[in-house]
Order: sequence, then structure tokens, then C-alpha cells
Amino acid sequence: MLRRAKMLFTLIFAPVVSLAISAGALAEEAGNWAVNMPRGVTSVSNSIYDIHMLVFWIVTITGVLVFAVMFYVMYAHRKSRGAVAANFHENTTAEIVWTAIPAVILVLLCIPATTSILDIYDTSEAEMDIKVTGLQWKWQYEYLGEDVKFLSELTTPESEIYNTAPKGQYYHEEVNEPLVLPANTKVRFLITGQDVIHSWWVPDFGVKRDALPGFVNETWANVLEPGVYRGQCTELCGKGHAFMPIVVNVLEKEEYKTWLIDKKAEQAAIRELTNKTFTMDELMEIGEAAYNRSCAGCHQVNGQGVPGVFPSLVGQGIAIGPVEAHIDIIVNGQAGTAMQAFGDQLSELDQAAIITYERNAWGNNVGDITQPIDVYNWKKGKR
Amino acid sequence: MENNIPKSSIKKTLLKLSVGAIGMFVFAVFLMPPLYYALCDLTGIGGKTAGRYESKDTTIDTTRTVKVQFLTINNGSMPWDFSPRVTEVVVHPGEAKAVTFYAKNRTSKNMVAQAVPNLTPFNATNYFHKTECFCFNQQPLNAWDEIDMPLVFIVDKDIPKSVNTITLSYTLFDITESTNDLTVAQLN
Amino acid sequence: MAHGPAKGIGRWFFTTNHKDIGTLYLWFSFAMFLMGGFFAMVIRAELFQPGMQIIKPEFFNQMTTMHGLVMVFGAIMPAFVGLANWMIPMQIGAPDMALPRMNNLSFWILPMAFTILTATLFMEGGAPNFGWTFYAPLSTTYAPPTVNYFIFGVHLMGASSIMGSINIIATVLNMRAPGMTLMKMPMFVWTWLITAFLLIAVMPVLAGAVTMMLMDINFGTSFFNAAGGGDPVLFQHVFWFFGHPEVYIIILPAFGVISHIIPAFSRKPLFGYSSMVYATASIAFLSFIVWAHHMFLVGMPIGGELYFMYATMLIAVPTAAKVFNWISTMFRGSLTFETPMLYAVAFVILFTIGGFTGIMLAVAPADIQYHDTYFVVAHFHYVMVAGAIFSSTAAVYYWLPKWTGKMYNETMGKVQFWIGFIGFNVTFFPQHFIGLAGMPRRYSDYALQFSDWNMISSTGAFIYGTAQLLFLYNVITTIRSGKPVSEPKTWDGAEGLEWTLPTPAPYHTFTTPPAVK
Repeated sequence: MLRRAKMLFTLIFAPVVSLAISAGALAEEAGNWAVNMPRGVTSVSNSIYDIHMLVFWIVTITGVLVFAVMFYVMYAHRKSRGAVAANFHENTTAEIVWTAIPAVILVLLCIPATTSILDIYDTSEAEMDIKVTGLQWKWQYEYLGEDVKFLSELTTPESEIYNTAPKGQYYHEEVNEPLVLPANTKVRFLITGQDVIHSWWVPDFGVKRDALPGFVNETWANVLEPGVYRGQCTELCGKGHAFMPIVVNVLEKEEYKTWLIDKKAEQAAIRELTNKTFTMDELMEIGEAAYNRSCAGCHQVNGQGVPGVFPSLVGQGIAIGPVEAHIDIIVNGQAGTAMQAFGDQLSELDQAAIITYERNAWGNNVGDITQPIDVYNWKKGKR
Repeated sequence: MENNIPKSSIKKTLLKLSVGAIGMFVFAVFLMPPLYYALCDLTGIGGKTAGRYESKDTTIDTTRTVKVQFLTINNGSMPWDFSPRVTEVVVHPGEAKAVTFYAKNRTSKNMVAQAVPNLTPFNATNYFHKTECFCFNQQPLNAWDEIDMPLVFIVDKDIPKSVNTITLSYTLFDITESTNDLTVAQLN
Repeated sequence: MAHGPAKGIGRWFFTTNHKDIGTLYLWFSFAMFLMGGFFAMVIRAELFQPGMQIIKPEFFNQMTTMHGLVMVFGAIMPAFVGLANWMIPMQIGAPDMALPRMNNLSFWILPMAFTILTATLFMEGGAPNFGWTFYAPLSTTYAPPTVNYFIFGVHLMGASSIMGSINIIATVLNMRAPGMTLMKMPMFVWTWLITAFLLIAVMPVLAGAVTMMLMDINFGTSFFNAAGGGDPVLFQHVFWFFGHPEVYIIILPAFGVISHIIPAFSRKPLFGYSSMVYATASIAFLSFIVWAHHMFLVGMPIGGELYFMYATMLIAVPTAAKVFNWISTMFRGSLTFETPMLYAVAFVILFTIGGFTGIMLAVAPADIQYHDTYFVVAHFHYVMVAGAIFSSTAAVYYWLPKWTGKMYNETMGKVQFWIGFIGFNVTFFPQHFIGLAGMPRRYSDYALQFSDWNMISSTGAFIYGTAQLLFLYNVITTIRSGKPVSEPKTWDGAEGLEWTLPTPAPYHTFTTPPAVK
């Protein structure tokens, strides 16, 4: 069915027939020639797929019929074949018929579409809630009632993006921490934004909803098959719009429970680290990784920033000034600018490591060390 | 140019169309926003909850319960700790319930915040009444200060049967810049 | 009173002649088309392969934004205003436009507006980068400092469009030749009359939207800022209340052009003239009540979702009637396929494909998967490029002999058509696939599974771009050294008052109105 759809699609519409056919043949070997939407792994994505194919067939068949008549006319009624023009210019019956037929088809089309949309809007009886927050340019996931919360950011290195290293298999759609969900569970997503409008889309779930600042949208998914599913941000949200992918790891229910327990333990362990004292080398190493993930998007890997838009951190400003101001801007951000408050986004360790890294990398060599406890105390107002 | 050009009727057309264009501008700037908000109030689109509610009927429907979840979101670079003291409560329709939200200014500056409420699902919006809410007013906080902010609400007895969970979220915006300096000065 | 054009450059600055102003509009629009096209080439070159090769993501966003703004407001709309200036007085038997001095002003505002807009590319912070739809708060709180120039530019374009429309309506309503009743008007005049009313209704709304932005950014109001009690979703409602009629503003004059060319080369009158008029009017009416189908995912109550889905589908009915009418016009005609006709036939086919994907997009549940992907990009380029650009190109080939008294080279015209047609489809057809496979629009970089179709699409874009240079070459060689023609009717099947005039059309025409039977 799908293959025939592809064939017809290309034969009828594409004037680049030969090109498209060779592409169709290639489609079976390489995944890079995908031509249709995925069927997906939720009941919603399946019903969307069915409606999509239904509409696709309706318009394809209509197109075939209409264009067939048109091409016949263009062939048979050419002047060069001796055709003499008739002079009619009206036929009320025909006009009524071709107004009525599309109308009837569209009414019939509305029936499955309405059923499907009613189902998509039914978020009742969800078994768990995930709060999804879009921010420039990453996603934050919060498991409501579980006290688990983390950021999910692109991990594709700059070297791959700027073509100095070969691209990995999941280029552009890999993150440091995927959202983890249980299979066969109705999950309600509460989607919101923190700065501009984003949009959270996982094609395999049939879930896409705008993440608006100040508003919460809800939608749901019940994933039938465990697996790793990838999606993207679909509302223009600034320069990192293309660089905030979504990765969802769906586990069997039991595995998910184990994961959740481990995750809680891990988050507790990270909080423990707040009290540990680190050496300069340790902080520089952790700091470099965290900086490249969370800061380099604007300030660049080399710390030089973008002139006129994002300030340089090298040899000037806060990065070589008093450490208190440095901690403050990392924790609390800078109102009215693109500098976010990282106090709630990153662990104290990551923040301390980033501060230490920024003060000592790229020849800044301030020489001081910021410990996680310093960041913690700053947040709690202890001087 | 030519004497057969109907100058006066052209002028009339010009005048009418100009008035029409200006009218559409006025419509867009002065009528579309209020119309939109009126529509929101009517249908609950956008989950905007109404202002202070005066309770008249005090009976409680104990035959059913509704779960109310609380979410908090810090907009942009809002450097406050902001969280509900309890993340969800279960109430009977008609029952007045008090909860508190915690806020702490983490910075060395005196600030003013505005919490913007949002409620989902939309069809519950008009059945969720607040008799007291910190979101009615701007919230100033001195540097390093913290506060517990009150919310008292009643879920209407007429709430549609299909609604069994209500999610109330507050997004906290930093409005220090846009409030006049007087408010901040008074704090000191 | 002068009987010919003034001498020197001053002719173009101070002219109030509808033909001169039409020419200015057309050249300006083509210059903008090349500039917007250059931006598109930058975009397609960057997307030729995954990874960032030639520009940075922030500049990519400026390119997509400028491409959209320049093409919609600088290329397509002025092209049709230029055609209206040339053709409407000639088609209704009027000596000139009703308000010639305003006509001059409404044109000369445009180069100013686009100079300002283009200058932002060289300013600190760069050009507007929030998409041609400029959704708040990306375009307000998070906008680059150049946003104020953008707002000023949009105000100027709006003023120009409104003045142009007032002029067209005033001309059509007051200056028709005796005997030309409304229902005898040529289709191009009809579609433009309806378009002009649409413009007067919605350009002020766009002006209102940018004014509210301006207030929010500079004067502390909160129309679109949730913190002050505003709502970013309100922006989208205001924008699309303008934006949806806007897409019909772009396509309706194209319908008019096609309704002249198909009968001319079928040597047969237009089928269903009155139903064409009613279909156009009902499309225009429907355009006001469907705007939120661009917003299916912002969070609408189910009732709204269903209403906008049903209303949008309704538009397919009058649009389908128009397509059937064109095919019936060709039916039992005596067809020849000169360049304008090739473009017209391509228009009907490609616009219909764009209409089909439009129906698919109207289906709210399916739109969840299509929304903001390359499927949408493919859809609107099938209706914008194959609709508006193809039809205005067709119009130029069709009327160029009448304007200049020179015949274009038919072989070159056909070569240009075929290169453009193939380039267009190689560019945009694969974008359906890319979109369905899951690539969002406005992406400066993409995952590897989209790379092959993107490369094909970029290749097609370069071919299509080349075809436009060939078009420029064709027009210039026609004007400079085309074969002179002098008979009033360039095309034996063409009908209408413009074909009763001498060729080339004199500087002043119909100084005494013709009689229409």
C-alpha cells in the first residue's frame, strides 16, 4: 500500500519522474529517502496516520481524474490537430455537480477527523503527569509528584556541527538526558514555555503542542512499544531553534520503576556533592563539559561570544572581576538579556565548575576556585 | 485631465475607503484585544482565571472530589525560588480551600514580581473561583527576603462531571523594571 | 497638456501616468524578487548538507525572515499592483487611474520601506530574525534592536498598499467606460476589485499589530506580554486575521490573470464567468473566518478546533469550482501552447496540488504532524510561487508585446518556462517528503535522515534561480531588440478592450471612452 502510494505520488505529480523513481528504489536501502510520515507507536499517531492516508488517497484520486481530463483536453483539442473552438461558456448542471461533489467528500472527511480530534483532547484518567518546559534552547522535564526534574540538551559537539569531525549516527538528535517514560501508560504532558514560544513534537507519538510562556497546554500519549523516539522543537524560538532536540526513552513498566528509583538516588547523590570540596583540576574538567553544553551556544566554545549580541568572557568583565558577581550572574541571570538564571537549571556542582572554568580557561587565569557550597550558600542568601 | 472624469464621486469613494481603513486600524488596536478577552472569559480559552470571587452559596458537594494540582514556572531569568507548599490537594466542590506558595528573592536587589495564573483544562476555567490570591496584586520582595503567599479557592459545584483533575499553574514574571521606582523605594 | 512622457530621469520620479507607474512597480518587484531569491539561495546553499557550512544559525534566521518579508511584500504584491496599474485602465476603458498623484506616492513609498528593511542587515544585532510571521514574544521582548526599523518598514508598506487599493477601487467604481456594467468587467478587474477591498480591510490590522508591538517594546504597554495581563496568543489571532486574507490577496489577482490567458489560447470564452465572480467573492469572504487554522496547536478549545477545520475545508469548494471552470474553458477549445499558456497550464496543475495539500493541512488531527514542518513550506510555495509568481510571469509574457510593441522570442520563452518548471518542482516537491519525514521548518541544520532530499531540493533551487535570470534576459532583449509588432491583437484568441488599442499602447489611451456593447 505504502509503496504503491509512493509510486503514484511520484508518477502523477512529480515532473521529475525518473529522478523520483530512482529515489523510490533507493528508499528501501537507505533511510535517508523517507517520503511519508511514520505510523508511530501510540493510538493517536496511528489514527492520525490513517486520516493522513485517507485524505492523501482522496486528493490523489481526485487529482488523477482532474488532471487526466485536463491532459486529454490538452492533447485532443489542440489547434495543431485541427480542433475548432466551440463557443459554449455555461452549463448550470455541471457547475452544480462539481460544487456538490467536493462538498460531499469534505463532509465525509470531517467525520473521522472529528472523532480523532475528540480522542486527542481527552486527557482524563492519565496515570502520570510530566511537565515539559521549553526554554532557549533546551527542554526541562519534571515528573510531577516524584521530585525528579532535569534539563535535556543537545550533546552533538560543535566539531560535528561545523564539519571538523565526522557526524555520528544520531547527529543533531542526541541529548545528555532523555525523557524516560513507561510503556502502556497514559501519560499527560503539561507543556509550557519559559521565555519565547517553543513547540514540543515527537512524531512517533503524534504529539505536538506549543509551549507558551505564561500558559500551560495539556496533551497525552500512551506509548505501546518500548524504544527510543526522537523529536524536535517546531516553533521558531531564536538562533538555537534547530538545536534543541527531544529524545524519549520508553521502558517497560518494571524497568521504568527501577530507573525512577535510580534517578532519585542519583539526584540525591548530586545534592550530596554540594558539600564536597573539589580540586581545581576536577572542577576544570567538569566545568569544560558543562560549559560546552550550557554556555557555548551563546558565548562560544572559545569564550569569545558574538560581537554585539553575546559578550566575550575572555580577559574582560565579570569573568575576571569579583567572584561574587560571577556567582550571582550564573545563579540569577541578568534581567532583560538572554542570560538565563541557571540557579534552578543546573546542579550546584555544575554551576561552581562553570564559574571556575570560565575564570581560569582561555588565559583568564584568575586562579580562584568556586566550590559547590559557595553556590548553594549564595542561593540561600548566606554570605 | 479629461472632463469626463467624475471627480466628485472619486473623492467620495476616496473618503469612504479612507474612513474604512482607519476604522479597521481602530478595530485592530482598540477592539480586537477586548473582544478576544471577552471571548476568553466566556469560553475559558487560554485558561485565564477570573478575579476575586464573592462566595454566596456555602453548601459543599461531598459526593465527589476534584484533584487540584499546582505548578510554578519562573519566566525568563526570574531569580526567585518559587514553589507551592503542597503540590496537589483533593477537594469537594463548594469547599473553600487555603494553600500557600513559597517565594524567596535570591538576589541582592529589591524586586517586584507578578504571578500570572493559568488553568487547564479550559472547560474548568469558569468553575474555579479564587476568593483570595497573591496573583491579584504585584508582589514586592526585598533582597534575600522570603514569603508565604496565600491562595484560597473554591471549585464550583456546577463543574462539569468530566473534570476530575484541574491543573493550576503560576508563572512568575519579573516586573521590577516596569513598576515605578516608588514601589521599590517604599520597600526600603 | 503633454502628449508624451517627460524627458530624463524626472519622468520616473514625478510621473502620474498609470503606465509609467505600472512599469516602476514591475521593475521594483522584479528587483525585490531577485533579492528575496538571493536570500533563498543562501538558505538552500546552507541546507545543501547537514551541518553549518557557510552561515551561522542566527544569520540563517535573518535570511528566512527577510526572504519571507521581501517576497510577500516586496515581490509578489507590487508585481500585481504593477499589473493592475498597467491593465485596469486599459481593460475598463479609462484614461488613467482615478487618483494619479496618490498613485505616484504609493509607489515611491515602497523603495523607502525596503531600503529601511534591507539596511537592518548591516546594523548591529542584525536584521529581523523572528520569521515573517513575527510571533511575540520573540519579536518583542526578545527581538533585536532593529525591530523598530522593521515596524516602520511594515507601516510604510501598509500605507502604500492601502493607497494603491483605494486607487484601484476608485478607478474601477468610477471610471469604467459607458456600458461596462460590473458583470461585464474582465476577470482581472473583478479579482483586483475584490482584492483591493480585502487589502483595505486587513492591511490596517497588520498596521495595528505592529503598532501594538511598538507600544509593547518602547512604551511599556502589555498587549502581548503575559506579565502585564496581555497574551502572546492574542498576537497570533491579530496577525492571522490579517495573514489569512493576505494569502488570498496574493492569489486572487493571479486567478484573474489566468482567467484571461486560458480563454485567449483556447480561443473560446471563459467558462462560467458569473460563477467565477461569485467564487472569488466567496473565497474572499471565507478568508475572514478561518484564520485560526494556522493556530491549531496553540491550545484552543475543542469547539474552536472543529469550527476552524470545517470552515477551512469549505474554501476548497469555490476553489475547486474555479479549477473546473478553467478546464472547461479549455475543453473543446482550439488550444495552442505559447509561453503564457504554458505558464497558465502549469499554474492550474501546481496550484491544484498546493490546494490538495491545503486540504490535508486543514484536517486538524493530521495538522498535528504537518504543522510547522517542511510539508507546510512545500504547500505554501506551491500556492505562492506556482500561483502568484507563475501567473505574474505569464502575465508579463502575455502583455509584454502590447506594452512594448516588441515580440519576445518564443523559443527562449519556452526554454525559460521549462527550466523554471523543472527547477521549481525539483525544489519543492521533495519538501513534502522532508516534512512528512519530520523536518521542522526554519531549521538551519538537520538530522542525517533528511540529507538526501534536502540536497535535491537545493539543487532544484539553484536551477529555479537560474531560470529567473533567463527571464530577465528575455525581457531585456525583447525590449531592446525584439521583433516589432503592430497589430492591435497580439494573440488571435485574446479578448478585451486592451486589445482594441494600438500596439505598442500609446502613452495616453482612451482619452475618449470607448463604447461597450
